[in-house]
Amino acid sequence: MMDLDGFLPLVLPAVMACAARPLSGLLPPRTGTWLLTATGVALALASTATLAVLALGGALRLPLIAKLGHLSEHVLHHATETSPALATVAGLALVASLAAAGHAATTHIRALLDGARTARGLPGEGILAVVEDDAADAFALPGRPGRIVVSTGMLAALDPAERDVLLAHEHAHLAGRHHLFRTAAHIAAAVNPLLWPLRGAVTYTTERWADESAAGTDRARAARAIGKAALARNRRPGLSHPSALGIGPALARRGTRPGPLPRRVAALLAPPPPRRGLLVAATVVLVVLSVLSANDGAIDLHQLIEHAQAG
Amino acid sequence: MADGRREPGALESEIMTVLQHAGEALSTAEVRQRLGGELAYTTVVTILSRMHDKGLLVRTKAGRAFRYAPVSDEPGLAAHRMHQVMNGRPDRDTVLARFVETLSDEDERRVRELLEGR
Repeated sequence: MMDLDGFLPLVLPAVMACAARPLSGLLPPRTGTWLLTATGVALALASTATLAVLALGGALRLPLIAKLGHLSEHVLHHATETSPALATVAGLALVASLAAAGHAATTHIRALLDGARTARGLPGEGILAVVEDDAADAFALPGRPGRIVVSTGMLAALDPAERDVLLAHEHAHLAGRHHLFRTAAHIAAAVNPLLWPLRGAVTYTTERWADESAAGTDRARAARAIGKAALARNRRPGLSHPSALGIGPALARRGTRPGPLPRRVAALLAPPPPRRGLLVAATVVLVVLSVLSANDGAIDLHQLIEHAQAG
Repeated sequence: MADGRREPGALESEIMTVLQHAGEALSTAEVRQRLGGELAYTTVVTILSRMHDKGLLVRTKAGRAFRYAPVSDEPGLAAHRMHQVMNGRPDRDTVLARFVETLSDEDERRVRELLEGR
């Protein structure tokens, strides 16, 4: 019979949603990136499987399907797995989540291909493309080969040692294929909207991962480079700047939680993060529980079908 | 080349290829000649000036005629491309790993405090 733990895969993502931000700050960034991404993907798969089982259970009661499968309607009607109301809701949720996942996957793949095309078209031969622009900006563009784009405004804002930090940071993004982690987290969040906070958490851990790779032995220098770059970028507010949209004061209220950048600078000014084995283990247990529970649901349904075929 | 009725877009890219391989700025007559010489002179003029208007070509006055060159290696086009990349769709954020994002006023204050606090 269907018990409440069958719904675990639908509920655990909510737990993860609350845990994502704290985990992203506590774990070493590389571990955090792998763990949060894998968790997101596993929970998305488990919740999809659960929805599929619920929808399928209800579908069994449809006379046509029962007839085709030689299923006893008597057995099916007494099983809670086949609640038509539940199955309808689950079926709709399943369709919506698959559609959202498909859409997210297509837009991300398209964006990656666009990015790779742009990377090829950028000036210069090597990995670095310096672009004449007073606005301070820098980013890595994955592709074959990936490119690091830095504006002259950004180079002017940093001293040579800080520029090395910037280049090492962007290089770490490309070498670690961080865009793939981010894409996976986005698709998982599209599958199950409860996993939405994982997107920001994975983006943050990949930034931290690159920061830690770039820091080397001089963490304070890396903190300074990132801080100075951010302040330089803010000097020329574009449209994306909150104050340009007139929502600055609302976002700038004192007491709001710090955004990713102050957290990154603070993390570099602190000692390197410890391993946190227990925290990793606890998260893994949560994910395994979820996957097992989804599997249980499938086994239950399978047994019900066999029972109904015998009855 | 035998077919005179080509798509305007196809002609543009043919002209672009010609100019990119030329290694120097070309006059309208030279472009026309390198395209096979079958196109009307005025057609080539029209397309070249349209490409110039689009910002794809730069032109310099040489005597009485203009000479055209692709802008692909100009910083201006690179900056243009970079802005296209940066200000693209929101899902670009996953693709672009930006070094630093724009700060809110509150975060800007926090960063200043962190940097000065050492």
